[in-house]
Amino acid sequence: MAVTDVQAVRDITAHPPGLGARKFKDSAFIVWGIIATIVGLGTLVTLVTDLAHDGGHRVTSAFFTSFPSSEPALAGILSAWVGSLLVIATTALFAIPIGIMAGIYLEEYAPKNPITSAIEIAVNNLAGVPSILFGLMAVGIFVQFLGNPNKWFGFLPEGVREAGAHLFGQSILTAGITLSLLILPVVIVATREAVRSVPREMRHGALAVGATKWQTTQHHVLPYALPGVVTGVIIGISRALGETAPLIMIGGLTFVAFLPITRPGDATFETIGMLDEYGAAVDPNATETVHITHDGVVVLPDFTERAVQAGQTLELPHGSSIQSTADWGDAIASWNPGHWLGQEFTVMPIQMFNWTSRPQAEFLELAAAAGIVLLAITLLMNGTAIYLRYRLRKSIKW
Amino acid sequence: MERDFTKKKVRWIERAMEGSLFLAAAAAIAVVLGIVYVVASESTKFFSHVSVIEFLTSTTWTPLFDNPQYGIAPLLTGTFMSTIVALAVAVPLGLLVAIYLSEFAGSRTRETIKPTLELLAAVPTVVYGYFALLFVTPVLQTWLRPFGIELPSFNLLSAGIVMGLMIIPYIASLSEDAMRAVPRAMREGSYAMGATRLETSFRVVVPAAVSGVVGAVILGMSRAIGETMIVMVAGGTQPQMVTTPTQGGATVTAFIAQVALGDLPFGTLEYNSIFAAGLALLVLTLMFNFVAFWLQRRYREAY
Repeated sequence: MAVTDVQAVRDITAHPPGLGARKFKDSAFIVWGIIATIVGLGTLVTLVTDLAHDGGHRVTSAFFTSFPSSEPALAGILSAWVGSLLVIATTALFAIPIGIMAGIYLEEYAPKNPITSAIEIAVNNLAGVPSILFGLMAVGIFVQFLGNPNKWFGFLPEGVREAGAHLFGQSILTAGITLSLLILPVVIVATREAVRSVPREMRHGALAVGATKWQTTQHHVLPYALPGVVTGVIIGISRALGETAPLIMIGGLTFVAFLPITRPGDATFETIGMLDEYGAAVDPNATETVHITHDGVVVLPDFTERAVQAGQTLELPHGSSIQSTADWGDAIASWNPGHWLGQEFTVMPIQMFNWTSRPQAEFLELAAAAGIVLLAITLLMNGTAIYLRYRLRKSIKW
Repeated sequence: MERDFTKKKVRWIERAMEGSLFLAAAAAIAVVLGIVYVVASESTKFFSHVSVIEFLTSTTWTPLFDNPQYGIAPLLTGTFMSTIVALAVAVPLGLLVAIYLSEFAGSRTRETIKPTLELLAAVPTVVYGYFALLFVTPVLQTWLRPFGIELPSFNLLSAGIVMGLMIIPYIASLSEDAMRAVPRAMREGSYAMGATRLETSFRVVVPAAVSGVVGAVILGMSRAIGETMIVMVAGGTQPQMVTTPTQGGATVTAFIAQVALGDLPFGTLEYNSIFAAGLALLVLTLMFNFVAFWLQRRYREAY
């Protein structure tokens, strides 16, 4: 024993036994770490490549200016991107003020009491609730309850009830509110973090010269928290843009061949008959009397597009007629949120889902093309958010 | 510029602002109550026609048939199977990435890779669904054929794998945060005793960060359970008892969305079955949220 002890002391500068193997394991792990990272990043690259390969050739300007159609060569995402735009605008209108205000309250105002902890628990749990449950809630509250004012609110004057029935139900307003509730936790958490990172001294300085709490918050905290807040808002909006499930729940249509808003100069028409989810006319014999007042293009129930002129009455194969009653005044009024908020809609993810669930290869190409557009927008938005966050970290050093 | 800063007005603005800020924050509570209320009240209507026992024990879910049966088990097996596959992909990959970024990579590499990986969580799920159905499934079919496995075109394996890829950033990012919060002194103690970085990672850093890591995994899991579009597009919509990942099957979420796509009128028993399924989903996710919270409390190491 004694001999080996002496040996050990003499070898103290040498590598301890097994160090080579341990160091090798150490380096080998780096390889594993890099492989895992590459799998993650590779997924992103593969996804983009796959979509570009499948649908890249479909992303043309006509793709953005055409309605969906049972004829794949003519189909596009016009109603889908307009729908997405309107839904997202509505979402932003609700989510941004409510989210920011709630974030400010929790960080600057909230006293330590049970109500505050209840709010915090609610925000944390909301972040973990599956999006489809927001859809179920929207069905119950916005579509069935607020959308049926005659059933529930018989005491209200008829005008109010009509407005309610128009605005809620399976409408853009319902979709926008639902998505805004969904992204509320994202905006709230981002606002809280941004507000928290503003140093105490900023507040103390303002308070010391006599500013009130809200004046301090408004002029001395919010401006410095703004980049962080904007980052959170962008991430939230991009999430809302890609969300499909809750909008399916509240009845986002999978086939929409009309726009909720109409430009002056387009032919407008009240209805082209009910369409089922595969885009076939359910009631081809529906007779709607509509009077065309603009030159433009009409999509007929059999999905042929036809140029029409003001004053014309269309003769359809099965004998019914479509006429547009819209006039200039209507066309301009249709930009009025009061008009389009209550309209039925589709959005890009629903359109993509619809095309994905068709067996024909041409529709799958369209789905890939819609996927490219969606992916481009969401990645761009998130890239902007990441860049903002990076700039923020670099430029502001307290 | 003359501004009116009379005491009365200022005080009124203060009051009004505080009130409206509070109302905005209270909206979060209202939303939670709204979700719970709608799901619970519509489920109550459902359970007045269908016994809770049948709901929990029957192994057939056929609400849309002539002779309807309402056993939630097939939907739950679909959900669990896809979630298990997702975790089998995301936990090892996510933790490898987290340990690599936190303990081995330089700060430059970390600052580049972390946000790029987070883009994975930003991809719309319907795009992932397309990817699972039309890219991953065909590839797996080719790979598995030599082993005598014929993968159907709708299967939970590819849906689960893609879901796993989607939740990598949740697990990697949050675990990495937890690991980096472990104080430097603990690592230095370990290095001073002659441990390598790898040994320090696994014997010092990961154990110290375990509550954050477990929280991250549970968060990823609850994402996977609630995910709808990927499983709906790629996993199939036929409710059946799932025993292997190579089967197709409906998950709780896919069933709910499937019914909503159809033309069942609101208020019918068939339509109400989606609220009962939603209740199961809600209970499941709240349970996991609670477990994550409890674990973090229980095993938190404070420094």
